[in-house]
Amino acid sequence: MKFLDEYRDGELVKELGRRIAAAATRDWTIMEVCGGQTHTILKTGLEGLLPGNVQLVHGPGCPVCVTPLELIDAAVEIALKPGAVFTSFGDMLRVPGSRLSLFDARARGADVRIVYSPLDAVELARRMPEREVVFFAVGFETTAPANAMAVWQAARTGVSNFSILTAHVLVPPAMEAVLASPECRVQAFLAPGHVCTVDGYEQYEAVAERYGVPVVVTGFEPVDLMEGLLAAVRQLEDGRAEVENRYARAVKREGNQEARRIVAEVFETSSRKWRGIGAIPNSGLKLRPAYARFDALKRFGARTGEVAEPEQCQAGRVLQGLLKPTACAAFGTHCTPDHPLGAPMVSSEGACAAYYLYGGRDE
Amino acid sequence: MCLAVPGRVMEVEGAEPAFLRGKVDFGGVLKEVAFPFTPQVKPGEYVLVHAGFALQVVDEAEARKTLDDLKQLGMLDDEPEGPA
Ligand code: SF4
Repeated sequence: MKFLDEYRDGELVKELGRRIAAAATRDWTIMEVCGGQTHTILKTGLEGLLPGNVQLVHGPGCPVCVTPLELIDAAVEIALKPGAVFTSFGDMLRVPGSRLSLFDARARGADVRIVYSPLDAVELARRMPEREVVFFAVGFETTAPANAMAVWQAARTGVSNFSILTAHVLVPPAMEAVLASPECRVQAFLAPGHVCTVDGYEQYEAVAERYGVPVVVTGFEPVDLMEGLLAAVRQLEDGRAEVENRYARAVKREGNQEARRIVAEVFETSSRKWRGIGAIPNSGLKLRPAYARFDALKRFGARTGEVAEPEQCQAGRVLQGLLKPTACAAFGTHCTPDHPLGAPMVSSEGACAAYYLYGGRDE
Repeated sequence: MCLAVPGRVMEVEGAEPAFLRGKVDFGGVLKEVAFPFTPQVKPGEYVLVHAGFALQVVDEAEARKTLDDLKQLGMLDDEPEGPA
């Protein structure tokens, strides 16, 4: 495939590894924020091509992992209501709630369906006017335009039996939360390319300046990731802390204006709790009052009380790059993809699942 | 979840920009995609698709430039090979 194969060239990836080794004269710790990038790194064994003094830590960029337990419980509660059709991206179904996952709810007779796009959920609602169709609106900036557009189109075309359960999160406040932790070891970031495709990278300039960290916007293929790492190491060695775009084929400084416009029309920023991490100010999106009638929580009067996390699960520390998954006592024993204790073991972007599936370099 | 995949636009239909739709070819697999965020897109161009929406038209000039830069560094001799 064009725009994929040329960025997967094995020789080029190795050569970039050699350049990184030549450039790095000191110990550096770099965080890739996005869980999709974590999976590419582990799946293709990129860590094995890096010199020992360049350490990668994996960040909080897994929307499935950070969706609060109470919202999973609310999703299950809504899905079990008579007449409800609960739709979601496939990743959310196996995430354990405090009692049930959506998958368990389906086994108990709930109508839970996987959709590929939120527009499919709107279409379902149009075809089944006697049912209430709910979409689990999970995701970062990348997914927000699609979900906002689904709500906007439902409003525009008079589809009133559609609503969303909103669990949207934003990357820059999460990066600041990572940096603000007294235990933080991160010296540079690879910024998530597709979040920046939508939102651009202006907002990272303040982060780079305030905390003195290089931020390199990076794509998702092995060549992209190694190039991003090389750029980050060069900045660290030179003592620079700039925002650098190494994914120019997909990212403009201002992002995609049309996409940003629809997000701003439908959503506003709000404080949001991140599973395992806690509340982060201005780190989420909620429906604006003009679209509040599409809020599934209100429509179904679902509960969102605090619930306790399983004690053994260290997901919060894993998501902040403070702990490698393999250092969690439950990893691979009490917690496996078939019997997960926490969301990072379930999601296709979760660091625990990546280590379980592909193995990883020890510290 | 933030994965967006490049594909080649086959057709674009619709009058109102917010409702533009069409087919995109992902290496032989055709999928229905919405184009409200790339309303200028034309058949033959490549788009990055996520959750059924095109998020951006792939900038071919920038893509070529990145590969040319790598070539100049002596990292890429001629045409790239297939997947590793
Ligand atoms: S291995 Fe399992 S229990 Fe440990 S942090 Fe990861 S998800 Fe939680």
